[in-house]
Amino acid sequence: MNAKNLVRAMQKKLGSKIKEVRIDNAVHKAKKKYTIPSVWLTIEKEGLRPFVRELCILHPAPHFVVISGYQVGSSIELIYHFSLNYAKQFSELAVNVKIVLSSEKPAIPTITDFILGALVSERETQEMLGVKVEGIPDGRRLFLPKNFPKKKFPWRRDKTGVGNMVRDLHRVKK
Amino acid sequence: MRLSRDKNSFKISVGPVHPALKEPIQLNCLIAGEKIKSVDFELSQAHRGIEWIATRRNPIQILYLAERICGICNICHTISFCTAVEKIAGIEVPARAQYVRTMGAELERIHSHLLWAGVAAHELGFDSAMHYTWKAREKVLDVIELLSGNRITKGIPTIGGVRRDFEEKNHAKIIEAVEYYRSVFGKLKAIFLDDPVIKSRTKDIGVLTKKDALTLCAVGPTARASGIARDVRQDEPYAAYPDFGLKAITPDQLTGEIKGDVFDRIVVRLLEVAQSADILEFCVKNMPGGKIVYEEKPIKLLAQLKGVHGEATGRLEAPRGEVFHYVKLVGEESPYSWKVKPPTYSNLLPWIPMLEGEQVADIPIIAASIDPCMSCCNRAVVAENNENVLNHDMLHRLSVEKTENIRGQLA
Repeated sequence: MNAKNLVRAMQKKLGSKIKEVRIDNAVHKAKKKYTIPSVWLTIEKEGLRPFVRELCILHPAPHFVVISGYQVGSSIELIYHFSLNYAKQFSELAVNVKIVLSSEKPAIPTITDFILGALVSERETQEMLGVKVEGIPDGRRLFLPKNFPKKKFPWRRDKTGVGNMVRDLHRVKK
Repeated sequence: MRLSRDKNSFKISVGPVHPALKEPIQLNCLIAGEKIKSVDFELSQAHRGIEWIATRRNPIQILYLAERICGICNICHTISFCTAVEKIAGIEVPARAQYVRTMGAELERIHSHLLWAGVAAHELGFDSAMHYTWKAREKVLDVIELLSGNRITKGIPTIGGVRRDFEEKNHAKIIEAVEYYRSVFGKLKAIFLDDPVIKSRTKDIGVLTKKDALTLCAVGPTARASGIARDVRQDEPYAAYPDFGLKAITPDQLTGEIKGDVFDRIVVRLLEVAQSADILEFCVKNMPGGKIVYEEKPIKLLAQLKGVHGEATGRLEAPRGEVFHYVKLVGEESPYSWKVKPPTYSNLLPWIPMLEGEQVADIPIIAASIDPCMSCCNRAVVAENNENVLNHDMLHRLSVEKTENIRGQLA
């Protein structure tokens, strides 16, 4: 499955839930030269589970890499990184799916019923960005200690972030 | 996974310092007699917040921060970060720099795999094998010191190339190391793969099926030992790997079968040491001339990066598996976002099927078999006072006793 076919199949399946499509073709050059394609999609929150379901149909076992995320103003952007067509020379296709959520009570459905390997990353997203993962099989903290303040999220940039905790370390109450 | 205890089982905590690699992770096991029923792991109580720190540093400063994510596979994090930034800024890396990066990464792979093999031998109670393996590792550390000035952290890659050349006058020492590793490979193979006691302790132990490895998204030698021929150097080659045309190593290439047990993970790592020697030789013989960096002056480079907007990812195959970096630049001095995914992050969940159903004495070698790197993934753990804790010495003693028993039976 190449980048264009994947985008076409997803557009057919998800329709208007896909907001933005970008295919990057980075050129790698040592002595030989070749192109590394990667797909970047922005989809609506409701499109995430249908997207992953379709990905699992198109590829027998899509490789889930990680969820990265950050806050921009009053929204939180999550990017789910997948890869397809691995285990073959020069053939891997990176698929990056961005979902924009509001920073007020952000929530996203789990994808662990399709790809269980996403559990570590979903637990991290919950504790680092305060995004509630609905239906997560194990919602405990993973990287943050048990006594870390409940309403503080290290990757946030608003008042729930940890900037003040770092600046005024002597005031931090555990 | 959450542990649910019944009256026939009890919980033991292995850790807080990891039983095999003396790194901070706590494995909570629910056991019934000698058998492990279910497993849970606890990670950090001291997250270092490296990604957060990076959003207050410029890309050149981040190179040194990235290098300190991991004490073993440090060059991988730097190259991965550089690759992401180069993609965003459209910077072309000179061919010679790609070869230097490849050689740095392969030297690191040899030292990481041999370090791991020594630890595995120690966990099984083979301390003479550990000392032999670590003696062999000294050779590659000497070469890294000669080339970079340091034995572990190298400070070699920079955005747009490398800071230091691997000059032709030093190539003889690299070839000498390649020949040395070819000469000791037979002995390492005899120690680790032909010894009946090591075979008994590692065959059919800690099995990760291909299906589980795929569902749990395992990476690196852990995935390859289960029969998934996934290797970033093959699938999406970077640096000079497109020229070499690497093929992923799976255990059936030596043994003719794939079981996904601890033994297969040893096979993959040993074969990869031999493969790294081949890659080093290829790089020395085919190294192109020319520049080693896109822009020599860091201030000029930083000024260019300050005007750049975009997002990209950098991926590469570290000794333990896939390293992934996501970088977002918004035309400011510091990146807006930087996410690091080290290999151990992906190999945590596969621990659960590997350990379930095995014996307590096998915990050290199974836990060590993914080559966990907690400095990449996690930082420190505090055990609760009311828990039963098996510390390193007790667990190591159990493991050595099991080896002695098997040795007695085979004698």
